[in-house]
Amino acid sequence: MIEIRGDKKVLVTPVSAEDLADIKIGDIVWLDGDLMTCRDVAHRRLVEYGRELPYDIKGKAIFHAGPIVRKIEGTEDDYEMVSVGPTTSMRMEKFEYEFTKLTGVRVIVGKGGMGPNTERACKEFGAIHCVFPAGCAVVAATEVEKIAEHHWDELGMPETLWCCKVKEFGPLIVSIDAQGRNMFEENKVIFNERKEAAKQAIYPEVKFIK
Amino acid sequence: MTREESVKLMTDKMAKFVAHIAKKLPDDVVAKLEELGAQENAALPKVLYETMTKNQNLAVSLDRPSCQDTGVLQFWVKCGTKFPLIDDLEALLKEAVVQATFAAPLRHNSVETFDEYNTKRNVGKGTPTVFWDIVPNSDQCEIYAYMAGGGCTLPGKAMVLMPGAGYEGITDFVLDQMTSYGLNACPPLLVGVGVATSVETAALLSKKALMRPIGSHNENENAAKMEKLLEDGINAIGLGPQGMGGKFSVMGVNIENTARHPSTIGVAVNVGCWSHRRGHVVFDKDLNATVDTHSTVDLNQ
Repeated sequence: MIEIRGDKKVLVTPVSAEDLADIKIGDIVWLDGDLMTCRDVAHRRLVEYGRELPYDIKGKAIFHAGPIVRKIEGTEDDYEMVSVGPTTSMRMEKFEYEFTKLTGVRVIVGKGGMGPNTERACKEFGAIHCVFPAGCAVVAATEVEKIAEHHWDELGMPETLWCCKVKEFGPLIVSIDAQGRNMFEENKVIFNERKEAAKQAIYPEVKFIK
Repeated sequence: MTREESVKLMTDKMAKFVAHIAKKLPDDVVAKLEELGAQENAALPKVLYETMTKNQNLAVSLDRPSCQDTGVLQFWVKCGTKFPLIDDLEALLKEAVVQATFAAPLRHNSVETFDEYNTKRNVGKGTPTVFWDIVPNSDQCEIYAYMAGGGCTLPGKAMVLMPGAGYEGITDFVLDQMTSYGLNACPPLLVGVGVATSVETAALLSKKALMRPIGSHNENENAAKMEKLLEDGINAIGLGPQGMGGKFSVMGVNIENTARHPSTIGVAVNVGCWSHRRGHVVFDKDLNATVDTHSTVDLNQ
């Protein structure tokens, strides 16, 4: 569901395909509810080895991130989020179509762009990819209310599935929308044109081999 | 002080320094980000720079690593042959990383290759990496500490060009890497370029170039000119903060170079992300530490 709070558009899990219909690349949104960290090995386990995720993320959000967590003193198995920022989403690109199909995840949060597999997944299954400002891990950690569950701990701190409850988690910049438009790919066309112009300007200046 | 006490003192100082680097950016990076951020006026880059600034302030006030990826630690050491702890240095740097990992805390970033398990101590075979330069007749030890995060390590690339490709070929090599990988590596970037004779010589120089202060120049006039040309050229692409568009792409371009074989041009590129966590400290023979990258820490207290 979507809530408008002041000037913030907040996605509240569970999120439906209809909730995402009017959201476009470049929009800034926020997230309330369930967000699970999920990166390289978890994707591989599900997609390549067919191992079911131990936590249901249908209609929820995942975060391409490997956090720093700290055990809460005096508890058996509770952790607090210290620092959690996005990791390079492109590493998950080869798995993301199947992953989205199998899990029903609606919001994929990470860093940098993703490619055609994710575009196709967003369009076919009604999902979006968003960027959380990378390197801003303390901002993100303070938007995590608590870590409710954690699974696959044997993978080590970065790769464990940390199942978080988040409040106004963001800003999230939409980079692939549910129509399959891809902000990074559209920008790349412009970047490449400018790059060619820049090269032509540099060439005559660097003829150091005479 | 006994030798044991000396080793402990330097270990503690290095552990404190590593933890500090994780939480506070160096002075030159802070100044450059302020300069670049102030010149953006579109909504998206402004929101991004604001969030970045808020994050750095929160990291200090909450005493936490500013980025969750605290990297694999790399140390560039220039050690005098007469520095009293030269024999202990590599082991004590490893111990300092373990200490900082639990004190800061840092993320566990050492995965043993082939056996493929995380050591959960942030150290492993060959990590932290220590690169040695030995300085004859000196009793000082100079250390650059660098947190090599995954995101900014990914764009790293080295190759050997034929001389026919010339410096135009170097231009292509660097700029192409910016639009393919650089934009995902958390711009504005600091770009390190190595120009030498082979892949390994160029690669080492490209990382060493990232230790140099932002705004410094190669002492060779043509190399300095090329630094500026590449900086302006990459900025003209307009990657913006986080690669999402803006007026600038980079905090700077630093080139390091050596002579080359007449038949080859070795070239390599390495980038530092906007959260460029490197620090520089000099120890004298009595282990007094002088830090010139961070005005925010005193290791002697």
